[in-house]
Amino acid sequence: MTQNIPVVENIMNANDRLAQTNRARIDAAGVFSINILASPGAGKTSLIEKTLPLLKGRLRVAAIDGDIATSIDSDRAAAAGAGAAVQINTGGDCHLDAVMLHGALEKLDLTQFDLLIVENVGNLICPANFKLGTHKTVLVASIPEGDDKPYKYPGTYRGVDALVINKIDLLPYVDFRMDYFKQGIQVLNPDVTTFSLSCRTGEGLDAWVEWLVENAKKA
Amino acid sequence: MHELPITESILKITLDHAKKANAKRVTDLHIVMGELATMVDDSIQFYWEIIAKDTIAEKATLHFRRVPAELQCMTCFEKYHPTDKELICPKCHGVGAKIIKGEEFSLESIDVE
Repeated sequence: MTQNIPVVENIMNANDRLAQTNRARIDAAGVFSINILASPGAGKTSLIEKTLPLLKGRLRVAAIDGDIATSIDSDRAAAAGAGAAVQINTGGDCHLDAVMLHGALEKLDLTQFDLLIVENVGNLICPANFKLGTHKTVLVASIPEGDDKPYKYPGTYRGVDALVINKIDLLPYVDFRMDYFKQGIQVLNPDVTTFSLSCRTGEGLDAWVEWLVENAKKA
Repeated sequence: MHELPITESILKITLDHAKKANAKRVTDLHIVMGELATMVDDSIQFYWEIIAKDTIAEKATLHFRRVPAELQCMTCFEKYHPTDKELICPKCHGVGAKIIKGEEFSLESIDVE
């Protein structure tokens, strides 16, 4: 005899619960944490590289870098001045999840830091589905990717707390309608904090750095 | 690609509930999937056939109920379905909307024997 059993369980529950555990651990250490998302090549690692020297003497920073393979990103973060850099190789997975972050947190003495930067795998789809437990999610978009990305990846754009628009030095050379781009974000995410900057020229980095310092003071 | 860990999660929830009900076999799964949930049902089906093998849910059929996206304009409160190229309100062209439906992703029920 067949019997129907109601379940009504959110399929992401197991991940979300572990994300809460991660958050409790980060909070207990008084650290402010961000999860950086972007497509490959948007400038996640460059942003971290340019940001770390500007935070020197102000915030002690730990970095966790997620990639399918290699330790290139954590090496770059360490070289730029991160107090500790942990690499997570996902071995093929296209995103970090709460389990992976949990493992990486084990390797850090969080009490020694003010800011934890988690660099997710370069991908605009999957990472949005997996909460990690960080305080804020930051999306790095870049001018050459095109102005239609908020429309193509609404799941990622609507879920972020801050948006960094990188490579603004390329605006004169690329057909990029800033109004159309921003409208695609504002519809579903009107409260997002936006920073326009160029990692190459350094323009606009100050406001971003101040935002990190302010939030870290509150943590 | 992210469907593999998700399918593992579906299997775990299914087996937990089947065990509680002392089921011998799971025959059907009813999954609700919103249009804005970035999951691919074919992909879940593909992984399911691999990972559910040798469990009591091995032969189960997966049913997906799709929920279309619905937004509500925060200016004129019109409810509308967004298109690929335009997210703003088709009536008043207001920018700023709330997602009413389309983000669901849950296992609604399972059929067991």
